[in-house]
Amino acid sequence: MGMTVVEKILARATDQPSVKAGDVVEPRVDLAMSHENGALVINQFQEIYQGTGLEAKVWDPDKIALIFDHRVPAEGAKTATNQKKVRTFAGAQGIHKFHDIRGDEGGICHQILPENGYVRPGQVVVGTDSHTTSHGALGAFAFGIGATEMASVWALGRILNVEVPTTIKVNVVGEFQPYVLAKDLILHLIGKISAQGANFKVIEFHGPAIRKLSTSGRLTICNMAVEAGATAGIVPADAETLRYLHEEAGVKEDVEILGPDADAVYDQVIELDASQLAPQIACPHTVDNVKSVQEVAGKVVNQIVIGSCTNGRLDDLQIVARILEGKKVARNVRMLVFPASARIYLQALKAGYLATLMEAGAVVMNSGCGPCLGVHQGALADGDVALATTNRNFKGRMGNPAAEVYLCSPAVAAASALTGKITDPRKGA
Amino acid sequence: MSKVVLKLGDDVSTDIIYPGRFMATVLPSETPQYAFADLLDFNARLKQKEIQPLSVIVAGGNFGCGSSREQAASCLKGPEFIVIARDFARIFLQNSINLGLNTIICPDIEAEAGDELEISANQVVNLTQEKSFAITPLPRARQAIIDAGGLIAYTRERLMANK
Repeated sequence: MGMTVVEKILARATDQPSVKAGDVVEPRVDLAMSHENGALVINQFQEIYQGTGLEAKVWDPDKIALIFDHRVPAEGAKTATNQKKVRTFAGAQGIHKFHDIRGDEGGICHQILPENGYVRPGQVVVGTDSHTTSHGALGAFAFGIGATEMASVWALGRILNVEVPTTIKVNVVGEFQPYVLAKDLILHLIGKISAQGANFKVIEFHGPAIRKLSTSGRLTICNMAVEAGATAGIVPADAETLRYLHEEAGVKEDVEILGPDADAVYDQVIELDASQLAPQIACPHTVDNVKSVQEVAGKVVNQIVIGSCTNGRLDDLQIVARILEGKKVARNVRMLVFPASARIYLQALKAGYLATLMEAGAVVMNSGCGPCLGVHQGALADGDVALATTNRNFKGRMGNPAAEVYLCSPAVAAASALTGKITDPRKGA
Repeated sequence: MSKVVLKLGDDVSTDIIYPGRFMATVLPSETPQYAFADLLDFNARLKQKEIQPLSVIVAGGNFGCGSSREQAASCLKGPEFIVIARDFARIFLQNSINLGLNTIICPDIEAEAGDELEISANQVVNLTQEKSFAITPLPRARQAIIDAGGLIAYTRERLMANK
C-alpha cells in the first residue's frame, strides 16, 4: 500500500519502512520553533527537569529556532521581560537560530524559517504557533503545538504519541485569472469544507495550478490550512522548491525531494478549478464564512491591513504598490502595511514599493505580526470594519470584540483602500 | 453531580476563550482571570469566585479552534472546569490533555446552562432533561499522557528511562 507524503516523512523520522494513518509514532523533530511564547516553554522545560538531578539542556540547540514577532518592539514591560528571558535562554543554551528585534534579520517566524533555509523538504517541523502549517509549502510536515508539548520536544528531540493523520488530497487545475491570487484559492477551499472540514487531517495540494505557484503563494495556502482545522498543509516539493531554497534561501547543499506514492491512500479527494475563481472574502466572525467579492462589494471599511505570515511577502507588496501607484488611499481609511520580514522590507524599499505605498497614504510599519492578533499596533475602535490580508477574523481578533474583520487577498485590500469600500480589483484595474 | 454554567455553540475560538491581548500573561496561576474575558458577565462571576470547581462548559463542534496558545487551556484548568464538546480542535485538545484539563468528547450532548449532569467514564447523563449521551473515549496514545499525570510528568518519566 502506498504512502502519502506525510506518511513517508513520518516513516523516515521513526526509522520504519512504512507507517499508515492511525499508527501512533514518536518522530524525531528536525526543527522546533517558538516566538515570544518561548518564555512559557522555558518555564515548562525547567519544570520537567525538577527533581531529576539532570541538567536542563535542550536536546540539540541547532534544531531550535526562537524568533520575536508577536509584539515587536515590546509594547509593555511584561512582554519586554518575556523577550529578555528568551534572549538569555538562547544565549545560555547556544541557540543560534535566534532572531531578535533587528532591522536586518528580524521578522515573522513563518517568513524567517523559509527565507533562511531552515526548513527543508521531508523535515518534521513543530512550532508553538498554529500557523506553523505554513512550512508545508516547502514539503515539510509542519504543525502547531502548545508550549508544554514544545518543552517536551526540547527535552527529548521527539514528539510523543503522534497519531499519523489521514490526508485529504486537493487537486487544483486551471489558470488563475488576473487579480485572483493564492489567498482566494485557500479562502474558497475553507468556505467549501468549513472551519472543521479537515480537523485532525493533512491537506496535500496537487495539480498544475499548484505547480505553477511560487513558494510565496504556497506559503499562503499552507498557512491557512489550519483554518480548515487541518493538522498540516503540504505541497510536495518540486523544482520550484529547489529554486526557492537555492536562489532565495541561500541553501548551498543538495536537497532531496519527497513525493507521495502513486497509490497513496487518501481520506478524500477534492478537485478545484483556479480559472473559475473570483476574488474571495471571509466575512465576520469565522474564516469559513466566505463569499465572493461581488457579494460584499460596497461595504465601507475603516482600516486596511496588509501583511502577516499569510500575505506580507514581496509579491504581495508588489501587487499592492502596483494598484496604489500614483493614487491615494481614501480619507476614511487607515492603511497599515507590515512587511513579513526585515529582508522583505529592504527588498520592497529598494524596489520602490514602500515609497509608492507611503505616497498613497499608507503607514509602513516594522516587520511583525502587527494587529493580526490584537495584541499590539492598529487596534480597532468599536464598530470599526477592518479588511485585512491576515488569516483570522474571529470576534475580538484585532483587539476589539465590537469590531468586524474581513479577510481577503492583497489585490482586494489594495483596490478597497482606494475607494474606502470593499472593491473588486478586477474592475477598473 | 456537576452543573452547566456556560453553554456555547460551534467553532468557539481560542480568541474567545483567552483573547490575544492577554497573551503576555503566561503563568497558569495568572491566566484564569482572563478566561472568556469578552463574555463580561461570565468573566465577572468567575473572578468573584461564584463558580464552583468541577462546573461544566458545554460547547458544539471544533471547540478551541485557532491559536495554539496554551493559556486557553490553562485558564480553564485553574478553576477546574470540565469542558464537554461535540468535538475539539486538535491543538486545544492536545494542550488540555498535556495540562490535565478535563475535556470530554460527547458528539450528541444536549444541555443548557443550569442543567445538572452526572458524568461517568462512558456517558453523560443530563439529570435535568432526563437524557443520556455516550462519550467518545480519547485515543489510547492520549490517555497514556493523562494516566501519567500530564505531559510534564510523562516526559520526565521518559527522560529518566533514557538516562
